[in-house]
Amino acid sequence: MNESINVRDAGSGAQRPLLEIKDLAITFATSNGDVNAVRNAHLTIMPGETVAIVGESGSGKSTTALAAIGLLPSNGRVSEGTIFFDGEDIAHASEKRMIELRGNSIGMVPQDPMSNLNPVWKIGYQVKETLKANGLPSGPDDVTKVLTEAGLPDAARRAKQYPHEFSGGMRQRALIAIGLSCQPRLLIADEPTSALDVTVQRQILDHLDSMTAELGTAVLLITHDLGLAAERADKVVVMYRGQVVESGPSLELLQNPQHPYTQRLVNSAPSLASRRIQVAKDQGLESSEVLTPDVINTDASKSADILQIENLTKVFKLRSGLGRSTDFTAVDDVSFAIKRGTTTAIVGESGSGKSTVAQMVLNLLKPTSGKIIFDGVDTSTLNSKETFAFRRRVQPIFQDPYGSLDPMYSIFRTIEEPLRVHKIGTAASREKKVRELLDQVSLPQSTMQRYPNELSGGQRQRVAIARALALDPEVIICDEAVSALDVLVQAQVLNLLAELQSRLGLTYLFITHDLAVVRQIADHVCVMEQGKLVETGSTDSVFDSPQQDYTKALLNAIPGGKLMLPPEVA
Amino acid sequence: MATYILKRFLQLIPVFLGATLLVYFLVFSLPGDPIAALFGDKPVNETVAAQLRKQYNLDQPFWIQYLLYLKSIFTFDLGLDFSGRPIAAVLGEVFPVTARLAIMALIFEAFFGILFGLIAGLRKGKIFDATVLVASLIVIGIPIFVLGFMLQFFIGVQLGWAKPTVSSAATVQDLILPAIVLGLGSFAYVLRLTRTSVLENMNADYVRTATAKGLSRSRVVRVHILRNSLIPVVTFLGADLGALMGGAIVTEGIFNIPGVGQRLYRAVLSGEGPTVVSIVTVLVLIYVVSNLLIDLLYAWLDPRIRYDS
Repeated sequence: MNESINVRDAGSGAQRPLLEIKDLAITFATSNGDVNAVRNAHLTIMPGETVAIVGESGSGKSTTALAAIGLLPSNGRVSEGTIFFDGEDIAHASEKRMIELRGNSIGMVPQDPMSNLNPVWKIGYQVKETLKANGLPSGPDDVTKVLTEAGLPDAARRAKQYPHEFSGGMRQRALIAIGLSCQPRLLIADEPTSALDVTVQRQILDHLDSMTAELGTAVLLITHDLGLAAERADKVVVMYRGQVVESGPSLELLQNPQHPYTQRLVNSAPSLASRRIQVAKDQGLESSEVLTPDVINTDASKSADILQIENLTKVFKLRSGLGRSTDFTAVDDVSFAIKRGTTTAIVGESGSGKSTVAQMVLNLLKPTSGKIIFDGVDTSTLNSKETFAFRRRVQPIFQDPYGSLDPMYSIFRTIEEPLRVHKIGTAASREKKVRELLDQVSLPQSTMQRYPNELSGGQRQRVAIARALALDPEVIICDEAVSALDVLVQAQVLNLLAELQSRLGLTYLFITHDLAVVRQIADHVCVMEQGKLVETGSTDSVFDSPQQDYTKALLNAIPGGKLMLPPEVA
Repeated sequence: MATYILKRFLQLIPVFLGATLLVYFLVFSLPGDPIAALFGDKPVNETVAAQLRKQYNLDQPFWIQYLLYLKSIFTFDLGLDFSGRPIAAVLGEVFPVTARLAIMALIFEAFFGILFGLIAGLRKGKIFDATVLVASLIVIGIPIFVLGFMLQFFIGVQLGWAKPTVSSAATVQDLILPAIVLGLGSFAYVLRLTRTSVLENMNADYVRTATAKGLSRSRVVRVHILRNSLIPVVTFLGADLGALMGGAIVTEGIFNIPGVGQRLYRAVLSGEGPTVVSIVTVLVLIYVVSNLLIDLLYAWLDPRIRYDS
């Protein structure tokens, strides 16, 4: 390993940049003519250095990185500028030359661990073919070694498994193993952890840091998270609408952003804002007022608590072999209560049971035991007619605004549907209502005639909110409602939700893995771990003095949470 | 896995009973007297007719006939057809011919369908893609007997590249042209299915990752695009084997092939219950077993599918 580094050092001049992108323009041929995805981009990475490109989706950050490894989609091309890799212009290099460079000179760790491993081949095989294609020894021991170095426990056995037998974190480790297996000089890490839980994210990034430091690998980190970029990179490049708007050393750029876009990004980044005052407090509610005891059985408190969850338990039967089954307790004896007009957040990693709680509260899933009392009535006792009425009062907003809107329905039909289902008003009054709802979520009324695929992610989530509001519900369950959105859009949607809450007196149950979001919106926090409620309390108390180790670990894992910030931001 | 296969074979029992019962009932309810038909234009000799009825159990009620038929199957004595030949011998004669034809058609449609579909998918929008897409649409649009007669006339009669009809031995060489005719429709489907599937997989994240690993283009195509694209195609091919065996009747008619379809057609016309039921039962069993094989192949292609639980 050391030998190869020495050879490289001898080959490349001490001050020659490893990657130098100059005046890069990338054009996509679409049915509406050419679209410039990237214009005038420039960026320099010295050997061993970590540089982050930060920007929202559509900013051209991934496109720029893909151009550097020659993996632009088939309709994209470099229309101007140069990409020098170790002194060689690779912007227009032949495919043959790129195949030589990929793997052993330029490696890649892709974004989504779920879709980037081929589901039909064993993990070991996918590592092995990488080693083989780059002319390295590829025996079983070599494969095991590569996987072990990426932090995969029990690698020899794991290599014989298929991707679907791996968790997200393990898959990402396997992808990191593949990306670094041939010891490239440059590693392109495209949002390597954005699909993972915060604690796993931290472990993976730490491991990636130590591996690249040991190997002397330069890293081009693509992320939408400014906090993460600042924490991990030497230099940050901010991209906006296809252009580099600002670049410089990480802390400097964060503390003294020059460009208006960077300033907005710094201000709204939830990870950096995690010490800010909650938006929900605008209503004048103090945390002490909304703090509720775990279980309330007295009659007097019933009117205040719109939802009471008592000893809620859900056991799933997992089939294991012939006729046998093992019990899996997804939710284990969870109790909490939500006061009318407040926001309660359930946080936890994937698999902690938080979404199962949400499904049971929505009455979509039957609890194994325990009670959900909505406005004084046990929801398990409702007959079908009463359930129908209950649905009108409790509405969901789901995570994926792409998946939760019917692509064949116009926006009008989408928002009007709940009104029609519940036989509310006439056609004319329903149309009026839809217009009002669009106003409420700050969408132009002309949106009515459009279809989901014509809208951006943030707009679609606004449509989902409008649909949830159509029936004038009292409680809205937001299951990761802002997780799929870019930071700026996320901030807008959170502000909108907070504003609607104060205007309409809504009660929110927020399911999320993102503690930074919790800080911004919630009055009360429930932390779940492996089905159990490990800590509850007001947002302030949980954030300022977490009692449980698990909560502390979650808080520590927020990227950029420990960075020093200038007073006007903090 | 072994449990799964055993379970699937146990499923054959109700399928077998159900299929034989249904087909036997259908033949039983056919209008007209099969024995009377045997005499053709000659007057019916009642003594001979009664004797024949007794020989073929036609004087018994439906349930007895059916049970007697089942008994004959389990004693491996399927009885005689109306021309006096053992049905078992008839099956042994016609099934190899049709099986040969169907398997040749399957190989043709699978090999060329997947190959052309793969190339078309990889070169989307290019001239090859456009040509095969239009051609496959034409093939799907034209009925098989039209295609059959056309190919028989041009290739068999005009150009003389192949014999227009098949000898009674029905050798592999004889069957090349009929197999192409039989497989042509499915070939077009396989081509389109493969193309769509390739297009979908080409843009998959793992294909990009495979390229980023430094693999050659041909390896990416073979290992990462083709195998994943074959999963839906294999399902289609499996269902198609049974359809080809049963659907060979038109092709067999055009090329005068002494196979299952021809014999079945004659047996249905003359109301030969046991012959019809025997042929159909074997077809059903082939269909079920080929589906089982496909399910196993499917699990091999896609490790996410496991049948044990």
